[in-house]
Amino acid sequence: MAYDCTDLTAFEGVMVFCEQRGGKLMSTDFELISEGRKLADERNVELTGVLLGDGVEGLVPELGGYGADRIIVCNDPRLANYTTDAYADVITDVIHEEKPEIFLVGASNIGRDLAPRLAARLHTGLTADCTHLDIDMNKYLDFLRTGSTLKVDDMKWKMEDINLKMTRPAFGGHLLATIICPRFRPCMSTVRPGVMKKAPFDEARAAACKTTLFDVKLDDERLKTKVLEVVKEARNIVDLLGAEVIVSVGQGIANDPQKGIALAQELADVLGGVVGASRAVVDAGWITADHQVGQTGKTVRPKIYIALGISGAIQHKAGMQDSELIIAVNKNALAPIFEVADYGITGDLWKVVPMMIDAAKAAKGV
Amino acid sequence: MNIFVCVKQVPDTTGKVAVKDDGTLDRASMATITNPDDLNAVEAALTLRDEIADAKVIIVVMGPPAAASMIHELLAMGADEAVLISGREFGGSDTFATSQIIAAGIKTYGLGEGDIVFCGRQAIDGDTAQVGPQIAEKLGIPQITYAAGIKYEGGKVTVKRMLEDGYMTVETQTPCLITCIKELNKPRYMSVKGILEFDTKPYYVYDYEKLKDDPLIEADTIGLKGSPTNIFKSFTPPQKGVGQMLEGSGKETVDKLFNILLEKHVI
Amino acid sequence: MILSEKYQMMRKFYREFAETEFTSELLDELEETGEFNWEIFHKIAAAGLTGVKIPQEYGGQGGDYMAYTLMMEELSRVSAVLAIYANTSNSLGGGPLLYCANEEQKQKYLVPVAKGEKIIVFGLTEPGAGSDAGGTQTTALPDPEDPDYYILNGRKTFISAAPMADWAVIYAKTDLSQKGSRGISMFILDMKLPGVSVGKHENKMGITGYPTSDIIMDNVRVHKSDLLGPLHKGFITAMKTLNGGRLGTAAQALGIAQHALEEAVKFSKERVQFGKPICRNQGISFMLADMATEIEAARQLIYHTAEAMIADTPDVPQLCSMAKYYATEMANRVCYKAVQIHGGYGYIKEYPVERLYRDVRITTIFEGTSQVQQMVISGALLK
Repeated sequence: MAYDCTDLTAFEGVMVFCEQRGGKLMSTDFELISEGRKLADERNVELTGVLLGDGVEGLVPELGGYGADRIIVCNDPRLANYTTDAYADVITDVIHEEKPEIFLVGASNIGRDLAPRLAARLHTGLTADCTHLDIDMNKYLDFLRTGSTLKVDDMKWKMEDINLKMTRPAFGGHLLATIICPRFRPCMSTVRPGVMKKAPFDEARAAACKTTLFDVKLDDERLKTKVLEVVKEARNIVDLLGAEVIVSVGQGIANDPQKGIALAQELADVLGGVVGASRAVVDAGWITADHQVGQTGKTVRPKIYIALGISGAIQHKAGMQDSELIIAVNKNALAPIFEVADYGITGDLWKVVPMMIDAAKAAKGV
Repeated sequence: MNIFVCVKQVPDTTGKVAVKDDGTLDRASMATITNPDDLNAVEAALTLRDEIADAKVIIVVMGPPAAASMIHELLAMGADEAVLISGREFGGSDTFATSQIIAAGIKTYGLGEGDIVFCGRQAIDGDTAQVGPQIAEKLGIPQITYAAGIKYEGGKVTVKRMLEDGYMTVETQTPCLITCIKELNKPRYMSVKGILEFDTKPYYVYDYEKLKDDPLIEADTIGLKGSPTNIFKSFTPPQKGVGQMLEGSGKETVDKLFNILLEKHVI
Repeated sequence: MILSEKYQMMRKFYREFAETEFTSELLDELEETGEFNWEIFHKIAAAGLTGVKIPQEYGGQGGDYMAYTLMMEELSRVSAVLAIYANTSNSLGGGPLLYCANEEQKQKYLVPVAKGEKIIVFGLTEPGAGSDAGGTQTTALPDPEDPDYYILNGRKTFISAAPMADWAVIYAKTDLSQKGSRGISMFILDMKLPGVSVGKHENKMGITGYPTSDIIMDNVRVHKSDLLGPLHKGFITAMKTLNGGRLGTAAQALGIAQHALEEAVKFSKERVQFGKPICRNQGISFMLADMATEIEAARQLIYHTAEAMIADTPDVPQLCSMAKYYATEMANRVCYKAVQIHGGYGYIKEYPVERLYRDVRITTIFEGTSQVQQMVISGALLK
């Protein structure tokens, strides 16, 4: 049967693009498979993963353990490293053959390169960087009750809607929008890494997961890009202005500045952030000036600002009070930092911060 | 050689964002700026133009006539020509429909074998990063996204393409499309000379009439009607209340804090 | 006046440049070392700012007095001293070249100055001749042994950027028989000539980071091709140059005042006393209202003066003096109030108003004190 993106009834099943780099799966794969499982159960359909690489069928059970029913494996030396050309051609063939109703891609730098190209080729809609997915209207309304300012119960809703409802932040997070793709299939979405919860690994499912080896047809004429090298490197620059998370230390670390900074660094590392400091810490020479937040330092507005042992002098607050979410830890309950904090803990940072590191690791699944 | 740069005028979301009661953005009350990543794309284009004889930089903007003020600034930075794609028929387009229209605009101007299209990685209003790759698909040319370094040599382009955990070096042929990130370069400033001269440079307006014969432009591929995605509901997240002091300072308190963060999707 | 689109674009460009390049680290460094920062000077030059008001055929950007005024306002809004980096070539240094130089001199001197490749300074003030430029004691007399040369002797004082200068425009008496401001000629002095030396850096109250010192000339032989403009008639040019310089200083004061106002508004909203931000007190908010009103009045006077200079109307000398007199006195009042609003915080170096208060002080003094401006204004009224 010919492929027709507007024939909604011809499409069935949830499909997830499983990204591997250097033969290793990404943690977003597990998040997406776990989320895809829930959606597939709501629709009572199969959850398949599509995995491209060169000899990657060994990764199948790992994906199965998080909930995939079947993995479509596409092996070819030209798929070992990601290129838009080769991946888009092969996945287009897979989708033409399998006709999934929903196609999810992790919003990594690779996912966000691949998904729009595919959507344009398949003539369907794509919603970027989603943080929440629903099909069932009751579940969606539950989500709105806590996640929005809407008066949900005073509004009229079409309860029989079965479109995938893809919610994403817009305008720097000031607005959220729920997007649907009602007229075309598959309904496509990239999903923000780290948002969806990973399901517990299920050994039985891992063993039961089926493998379909896909017949890869690549035309060298169409492959216009070549990967010359892949380099792994950790980023180690203080970018206070670009950072989404800043863990800042103040005078409260005076007893053991080195340890205090190391703790802040560890917490920042787990949360994917950088270390900031108050002026006192910089002036004391415990850390370099490029870390300084405040009147004489940088004015920052990260998504999360964690102030450890910072009293919150007006000079410091001027540089950080517009952060989206502020967490303060200080042993003085009357410290002015608490006036601008969203969440405050009165306590000894030497005890609280190690617990925060543990909690952050647990939350991040590392 | 034509070097196209696709640029978007966006509301300035780095400052205060005004939201109307119905949950949509109050654009009228907000200042507009040139999308930051697009300025890196403009700089990449100007740098390349300065290296190559007989190259020109053409700014391509889809937007309302008021986008002219932004285009003037880009010409004052040193771009050679500008195309403003503007028409009521194009309004309400999602990324799919937008890329159809912009691709049609570039084709109408003329895309040659040796040409390059630059885009910013993503626009700060939607943060989708989709339009660049979708234009490339509609033009049938290769794309390289997240460019942090670009080398050009006789029709061959080598790009340092950033990944979360490192980078790839990728090579392709012209014509191609490259999306740029802020690490790529530092955009130049306008100059007083450029400001004095911007109105002597070619400035084309492409409306629906001009583009309608392109196969990409169909009633069901552009505008609100031609957009595969629709907004089901838009809303504001719960307001930031007054700060909350958590009780205690033990493990339970810390766990409670991180549960809140998880629920709010901030981590 | 309402600015045209092009002037608005220029303002935006200057503001983006200043806010991006004039980092707080750089400003602190200028304060601490007091030294000339070559790196930022090269950036200023690369952005075309050293040649904003110089015609394009001489390596400049081709802007007019309004383009220049807006530059001084916006650069000074972030750093009064770095505004001077961009100013000299457009104003006191480049001005005499633009007005008086012959084509050969323009190519040789004006082009590299406009591009910021060379630095030229303005040498008018002397230990005994400040506002009274007619009291010039530096002499330039024909070399009795070689009629192609003049011999310069004398001392110029408070010369901004003298230690970095490649060239200086020197005003010297060439006809000792003429009295007062007559018999003065201009020369382009190559600072590397034998007999030229610079004095020690002055330790200034404000605008630190732009060294100022004396230029001493001891039997310096200057070739006659470096005579600038007609012999014995240099003072007319000095006055014409000072008009433009006064407009620039007025704009500089305006920028400083604008910055002070912005800091005062910000601080008064942040600073909480007696349970509310201090801006909620009328004692503070009315001070802010007065500051804003005076700033806007000065701005309109300055812009009008720039337009008058473009149109070359006969009242330009008075207008330039009025703009300088009003704007610089106003800016001193505004900075005083901004410090007052900051209270103790305004007296410590961590807050910018402390620096603004010191920087603004020079504006009523250099390029003609307020009292000299009053002399010009009243002179025009009473003639």
